Amino acid sequence: MRVALFITCVNDTLYPRTGQAVVTLLERLGVEVGFPEAQSCCGQPQFNTGYRHETEPLMRRYATAFRDYEYVVTPSGSCAAMVRDNYPRMGAKAAAEGRGQELANVAAEAVPKTYELTEFLTDVLKVTDVGAYYPHTVTYHPTCHGLRMLKLGDRPRSLLAAVKGLNLVELPGAEECCGFGGTFAVKNAAVSAAMGADKARNITATGAEAVCTLDNSCQLHIGGTLARQGSTVRPVHLAEILASTEGDVW
Amino acid sequence: MPAFPQAANASTRNTHLRANLRHATHTIRAKRATAVAELDDWSRLRAAGAAIKDRTLRHLDQYLEQLESAVTAAGGQIHWAADADEANRIVTELVRATGEREVVKVKSMATQEIGLNGALATAGITAYETDLAELIVQLGDDLPSHILVPAIHRNRGEIRDIFTEKMSQWGRPAPDGLTDAPADLAEAARLHLREKFLNAKVGISGANFMVAETGTLVVVESEGNGRMCLTLPETLISVVGIEKVVPTFQDLEVFLQLLPRSSTAERMNPYTSTWTGTTDADGPRAFHLVLLDNGRTDTLADTVGRQALRCIRCSACLNVCPVYERAGGHAYGSAYPGPIGAILTPQLRGTQSELDASLPYASSLCGACYEVCPVAIDIPEILVHLRERVVEGGPASVRGTRTVIKPAKGHAAERAAMRAARWALDHPRLLRTGQRLASRTRRFHPRRLPGPGRAWSDTRELPKVPEESFRDWWQRTRGGSGTGSGTEGRKDTT
Ligand code: SF4
Repeated sequence: MRVALFITCVNDTLYPRTGQAVVTLLERLGVEVGFPEAQSCCGQPQFNTGYRHETEPLMRRYATAFRDYEYVVTPSGSCAAMVRDNYPRMGAKAAAEGRGQELANVAAEAVPKTYELTEFLTDVLKVTDVGAYYPHTVTYHPTCHGLRMLKLGDRPRSLLAAVKGLNLVELPGAEECCGFGGTFAVKNAAVSAAMGADKARNITATGAEAVCTLDNSCQLHIGGTLARQGSTVRPVHLAEILASTEGDVW
Repeated sequence: MPAFPQAANASTRNTHLRANLRHATHTIRAKRATAVAELDDWSRLRAAGAAIKDRTLRHLDQYLEQLESAVTAAGGQIHWAADADEANRIVTELVRATGEREVVKVKSMATQEIGLNGALATAGITAYETDLAELIVQLGDDLPSHILVPAIHRNRGEIRDIFTEKMSQWGRPAPDGLTDAPADLAEAARLHLREKFLNAKVGISGANFMVAETGTLVVVESEGNGRMCLTLPETLISVVGIEKVVPTFQDLEVFLQLLPRSSTAERMNPYTSTWTGTTDADGPRAFHLVLLDNGRTDTLADTVGRQALRCIRCSACLNVCPVYERAGGHAYGSAYPGPIGAILTPQLRGTQSELDASLPYASSLCGACYEVCPVAIDIPEILVHLRERVVEGGPASVRGTRTVIKPAKGHAAERAAMRAARWALDHPRLLRTGQRLASRTRRFHPRRLPGPGRAWSDTRELPKVPEESFRDWWQRTRGGSGTGSGTEGRKDTT
């Protein structure tokens, strides 16, 4: 099994710990992990803001960078959804514009091998107990793209439930968007901030020590809002929880 | 009209408005979820609704011609209106021909879309809204802010005050000592409206559906006030968007299940009124159907955007939308607020104005709207599609002609930034250099950002740039081991 990590641009630049946690976790589970350095961003910020033509080179780069691998695993629901939902759309649009099948083929190559981390663990490796230990009270924020585009269902929860020492508390309004939305956070700053503030208050009210997400970008927004509200709850990516063991606390 | 972000900025600060909206939308969304969960074939029903609408839209011309024949055969008259002005002119002429100066109206989105009440007022004709929530909006000299509950932004106390102050200017005054108890408010409205119904000679309606094979129009409502408008006047004028047609009477079976559960969380809506042409000695003597295009043909020409024409105006997408909940309906600047408004308005009106160009961005793309939509309109897909039209331009149909439209103004800086970012991301070595520079200068990073980034740092802490990027960590710890650092990266030259 040749498994490559897709460490998204946000992971890479702002949250390298998440990537390190994925490596630690997968290697502990006996997976040989590769990191093709030609990889970059999936193009989600460009695509979602309307710059489809700026996205196309990044889509080609993605397919090329991971060409030698059977699986691509990423700790981001929204980037996995970008590849799975939007690459085929871009391919179809290019074909409809009379530009041939090239981009559709690129999409067809990239899509089936791309897995969000929790999907890879539960569907490919078929594990829910990854031998993690995390003695903290945690609440869980399901990210929108994981929830609605990837339909992750209870995969993340079942992984959390198997973590020793972890006390999972319910988050009221968990399925509501945190308000990040990429450039939405800047273009519609007031609404984004209002959504974030409500989310952060709900998180703090649970009394949890940490809030678990599946996406560093939501974490950026939620974490920034919690900090500004003076909350002590810390945002943490699921990979970091799963990477923790009794001997090696993350 | 200000662009969406400016309008929303004001409403997010109105805590009173936000509380009203939050309470109303959260109550109805929970009820809807229960009502939908009762049916084990909801997903098939939803697929059937989408399929019927799609098939109809593909052959819209045929079904409209069939409708025209059926309505005419039943004693009605058809009028085709290409745009709002034409529709307003037609309706005004029809009312003038009756010699009346007053009309009663059943809530209709199409007439809001074209601004009919204003056009009639200019011609010296007064239109009385008879839907309870529309009445509140009209008396309050306000605009609707929700598809189903136009006065959702008002609470009971405000409604009592509006009735007490304004009813007398429009007809029968509110009873003395009116309280804000729902039953009292309803009774005050009932007495006020009864006078209107009994005097009205002309009624104006919209329709939820039009059946091509029989020429039948359908209105579904909860109060029965619409039915009064449809049956008591001598002349009935219905203004309906061309996309509301369905092929057969049996198709209603699907929509009359989808609509009430999605909109009011009811198994069946309380009043379903159907009317077909005219009938001797019963109901209106004259029936006119104004078929409204007003951008719909252009929308139909767009293979992605046309999904929006499936909409049955249930308002479920508004009730789950976190953006609508904070921004309120008025911020969308059109008869269609919320997620459906964000995709329908820029298609019907085009993306030229600042407001219309901002609407496709009025979403975090969380997907909650798509999940609840009873006719499975992929709203996030259309939002992104329209964003592309705003920033990159492209082919579109404008008033029936295929053209290539230019990008909307004011995106040059953003476009340059996107291009630069893409360029850097397409050259990972350069990206790495940038990351290293950022981490080396981390001590100097400001706590507040300048320019567009300020919007971020006003309410959120900025993340600290880590000392080492993932790439550098990988190089340092695994780089030499050969586990997949791959040749792709080495070939990369920037
Ligand atoms: S888009 Fe869908 S959910 Fe929204 S009002 Fe229309 S039918 Fe209802």
